[in-house]
Amino acid sequence: MLIFILKRVAGMIPAMFAISILAFTVIQLPPGDYVSTYAAQIAQTGEAVDSAVLANLRERYGLGENVAVQYFKWIGGIARGDFGQSFEWNQPVTELVWGRMGMTALISFLTLITMWAVSLPIGIISAVRQYSVIDYLTTTFAFLATAVPEFLVAIVLLYISTMWFGVSVGGLFSPAFENAPFSLAKVLDFLQHAWIPILVIGLGSTAALTRIMRANLLDELHKPYVEAARAKGLPEGRLVLTYPVRVALNPFISTIGWVLPALISGELIVSTVLNLPTAGPLLLQALKSQDMYLAGAFILLTGGLVLIGTLISDILLAISDPRIRLS
Amino acid sequence: MSDETILKVRNLSVDFPIQKSVVHAVRDVSFDLKRGETLCVVGESGSGKSVTARAILQLVAKPGAITGGQILLDTGSGEVDIVKLGSRGLAIREVRGRRIAMIFQEPMTSLSPVHTIGHQIVETILLHEKISKEEARKRAAALLGRVRIPEPEKALDRYSFEFSGGMRQRAMIAMALSCNPEILIADEPTTALDVTTQAEILSLIRELQRDRGMAVLFITHDMGVVAQIADRVMVMFRGEKVEEAGVFDLFERPQQAYTRALLGSVLKLETPAPRPPRPVAEKPIAKIENLELHFPLNAGFMGRPTNYLKAIDGVSLTINQGETVGVVGESGSGKTTLGRTLLRVYDPTGGQVMYWPSNGEPVDIATLNKAGMKSLYGEVRMVFQDPHSSLNPRMTIYQTISEPLRTNTDMTERQMMDRVSELLSRVGLPPDIGDRYPHAFSGGQRQRISIARAVAVRPRLIIADEPTSALDVSLRHQVLDLMRDLQTEYGLSYLFISHDISVIRYFCDRVAVMKNGKIVEVGDVVQICERPQHEYTQNLIGAVPRPDPRLRADAPQ
Repeated sequence: MLIFILKRVAGMIPAMFAISILAFTVIQLPPGDYVSTYAAQIAQTGEAVDSAVLANLRERYGLGENVAVQYFKWIGGIARGDFGQSFEWNQPVTELVWGRMGMTALISFLTLITMWAVSLPIGIISAVRQYSVIDYLTTTFAFLATAVPEFLVAIVLLYISTMWFGVSVGGLFSPAFENAPFSLAKVLDFLQHAWIPILVIGLGSTAALTRIMRANLLDELHKPYVEAARAKGLPEGRLVLTYPVRVALNPFISTIGWVLPALISGELIVSTVLNLPTAGPLLLQALKSQDMYLAGAFILLTGGLVLIGTLISDILLAISDPRIRLS
Repeated sequence: MSDETILKVRNLSVDFPIQKSVVHAVRDVSFDLKRGETLCVVGESGSGKSVTARAILQLVAKPGAITGGQILLDTGSGEVDIVKLGSRGLAIREVRGRRIAMIFQEPMTSLSPVHTIGHQIVETILLHEKISKEEARKRAAALLGRVRIPEPEKALDRYSFEFSGGMRQRAMIAMALSCNPEILIADEPTTALDVTTQAEILSLIRELQRDRGMAVLFITHDMGVVAQIADRVMVMFRGEKVEEAGVFDLFERPQQAYTRALLGSVLKLETPAPRPPRPVAEKPIAKIENLELHFPLNAGFMGRPTNYLKAIDGVSLTINQGETVGVVGESGSGKTTLGRTLLRVYDPTGGQVMYWPSNGEPVDIATLNKAGMKSLYGEVRMVFQDPHSSLNPRMTIYQTISEPLRTNTDMTERQMMDRVSELLSRVGLPPDIGDRYPHAFSGGQRQRISIARAVAVRPRLIIADEPTSALDVSLRHQVLDLMRDLQTEYGLSYLFISHDISVIRYFCDRVAVMKNGKIVEVGDVVQICERPQHEYTQNLIGAVPRPDPRLRADAPQ
């Protein structure tokens, strides 16, 4: 088991390297650089731009250098824990990123847990009672939830709560708690706000997971080992939960791998709409202004988050399925 | 054997509503099962024998339902009608596993892959008896020992996928016996196993039955197995009971036409088919020499792998023109791999396969290039085991049969249509079925279509990989006779791969016996079947259940 985990961790290193190159390439792709965006912004306000100042700026940030050199400067800094300097905010990226990434990780984690907690029982019920009223209801609902874009749900929710209930639901904290130190009241306030983004971000994937669980379980329910277990006299409820559900859970667990990226990219749009203090809106802004070190850090850390999620799902799979553990 | 009846089935009917019609899977079937006896229920696929067995435990899969009759179980304190118990609830669960236990056909999938063997047996014991976990575990270990699983204590903590098929079926039997049931229902428990393993499992079931005085309801399609273990036999056909008799009476004095036909097709395979005379001077069509196919087992750090799976380990075999060479062996012996390597599905790692084409110089298939292989596919064709998966469900019969013509000849569409309808009538199918899809045909018909596809390009050598294994016994000799006729007509040679000695004996001229990738014995089919020289062949032949109950050790003279 330990060897299994070590192998998986070792496998993450080249993946992380590939992600870093990809992240760097992505932020280099648009024409121009931060300085040209900055120059355009100044030009818009009507002021004259001094080209000497611009050249000076380029010099300072090392923007004129060879791309490979830039990459190694960047990645070398990260290895030492230095993500570079944000051009736009004039702050070390590290200071900007961690709080935001923490919120993203927290929201994603909570969403994942909620998704599993909701889709697992619903999936089981709609498989065991296939073609029943419950099955048709959940199926209809699942198709709707998969089809409706998340940002639309966010906007509708915002509208309803503001216009009908007069409650502001944007953000993750009430203004009073925004900068307050950690306390029970703050956690409660957070939960009061967090259910909306969790609901919005998780909706589509929950629906998809329900369908996956249903399909997996339907495959397993008619396998000979289920019949054999029934023939030994197991009560139906216990039979379903201990045998086919155990086996059907495997593909379910491995969905972390694709659910996590979907969650994080969904989070970007939803957070922008709902104005959440997570990584999404800041990343969007950084990409728009070509604040490359900030954007690069976000992409890299998001990639890392997905890798860690996949690792967790691999470990969970190995725990739940002896066939993976022992082969 | 006592005459006390433990189970009375009366006028049992099971229906499966399918769309708007109803399939009567079991119709008005009645029989008795006595304590300590073995009743074999025999029939071909679709005869309702498995459904009958499942009905006794209320395990009929939805939407099927018992629509009439009684299943009366003697509990010692009066009779209980299982039909009235319904499929859920405590009462039926008390019967399942406790009074009546069941073992299934597929040992590979009948045990849960994510629970240990021990867990599954202990669970059964704890369901029905109020004893501690430790005691249950002790009993489970004793049971595993009883079914001769080595190191039973350790085996408890292992998973089913760590066992071979035979071992899994033993574990399954141990689980079924864990609560000392009075009735054991065995639904084709040996069909998926090799003959030698089958012989072991059959004698184990018989032995346990004598020890415990258990009644056994044994479902099978194999008359050989019936002859070996049955006390009484019930024959089923299309959901109805055809005949019920003692095993000797049934084999020696069958009363019904269907029983006679069934026994006839079994016994037909017991004697070799008449063969066309062989030419005096044998001319080889293919000569396999020291063929090797090794799969590396480990990736090999920096260089060569150190361990190989020797799927084919130095095989030499000659196939002469117009000859049928059988390859027989148990699962994992490499017989199927050998057939596929001859068509370069796998690239051999050593040795050569010389092939003499109809015109031109002999070529070595083992090293032939792509273009050479392509022209070879016009002369060497393959017929597969499973007629359900070897035909593309999205292609019509015409498309399927004409496909090799399209790739290997330059016939016009018109010519191909003529050839296909000629082929269809040649293999005994109506010539106008070209625009239909495979799902419209039964297993036997599909195998005929596969054969038509194989002979479409007028090949000279056909590699047939278990072409009759998926077919009911009454269809087997029909398909073999068809292949024989085509051989005489087109001068075909066959490499015929099978695990079934009776089919080999019926159909082949010579036979090679394979074990662990090697040929242990080659010879004339009569000599191999009647006077096998090698110990392995002797075991293999000896393990085949013969359809004659008088050959049983316990048969009255």
